[in-house]
Amino acid sequence: MIPVEHYVLLSSLLFVIGSVGFLVRRNVLVTLMSIEVMLNAANLALVAFNRSRLRHAVEQAAPGPSHTGQVFAFFVIAAEAAEVAVGLAIVLSLYRLRRTVRSDEADLLKN
Amino acid sequence: MVALGTIYFWVCALTAVAGALSVVVSKNPIRGAMGLLLLILSVAGLFLALHAQFLAAIQLIVYAGAIVVLFLFVIMLLGPAASTPNDRRGLFARAFGGGLAALCGAAAIALVASAGLAAKHPFPLADVDPSFGGVDAFGSALFADALVPFEVSGALLMVAVVGALAVARGRQGVASLTRSEREVARAATPEPDTAGGAGVYSHEIHAHEEHSS
Repeated sequence: MIPVEHYVLLSSLLFVIGSVGFLVRRNVLVTLMSIEVMLNAANLALVAFNRSRLRHAVEQAAPGPSHTGQVFAFFVIAAEAAEVAVGLAIVLSLYRLRRTVRSDEADLLKN
Repeated sequence: MVALGTIYFWVCALTAVAGALSVVVSKNPIRGAMGLLLLILSVAGLFLALHAQFLAAIQLIVYAGAIVVLFLFVIMLLGPAASTPNDRRGLFARAFGGGLAALCGAAAIALVASAGLAAKHPFPLADVDPSFGGVDAFGSALFADALVPFEVSGALLMVAVVGALAVARGRQGVASLTRSEREVARAATPEPDTAGGAGVYSHEIHAHEEHSS
């Protein structure tokens, strides 16, 4: 059986890939997708830890198995849907204003 | 004899990493969206292995069904402008930042790996009853322990929809500016590049703007 460490390692690897993409790419769409990758990695870690903490909860005779990590991941998914809706609207209006989707040309507030 | 669960985990893990890499690497954002879809599918598979069936279904419905489709809508709407040409401005700063982040991340992963994989007693996944993670158990946990955050997240989604509508209605936004602000915005906007840099609807939008002013 796969121990929880494997899931945590996979999750941190995905998070690193997403953060490097967020820092390196300048296409705003790709930047948003990198944020999605990072949030997926966080969700994976939350669900995996929920599964491993379960055992302690059972051993300490806590009332029933705890779903806290899964509930947290659920809220992360909800917040992310909101983030993507607003982010893509901002991308569209940036394109209308500047005819570009490059993040380094979004400098209306500069100077 | 390798257990079936181990093979399943490694297949899902490899496809997840491949999807994440293709999000970051691919020049064409549509390929990036497909990589994101691959990542989402394999993370849903890992959720299934972690006894989170309801979350796996939610992942498929919300991510693959809504978020990736929204990305594809915007990429198609922008047309060729969605993929930015590769130029070397700021390359050093970007490579430095990305390399530093990758280095820190690799160090963290190495720390976790050396502490976790070498441990004598790794945390195994607990045996659970089959109802764990299903709609019944998850729903009762959600509505018993997290009712207030649930309602607040509903309000968040509502506000996000209204905000997205308000932000995305571009032409009304331009029309509501004062005359001098509009001139500043127009002077700052480079002429659309009719040779193919601009998007599908750029001519229509531009003709519209000329007409309305």
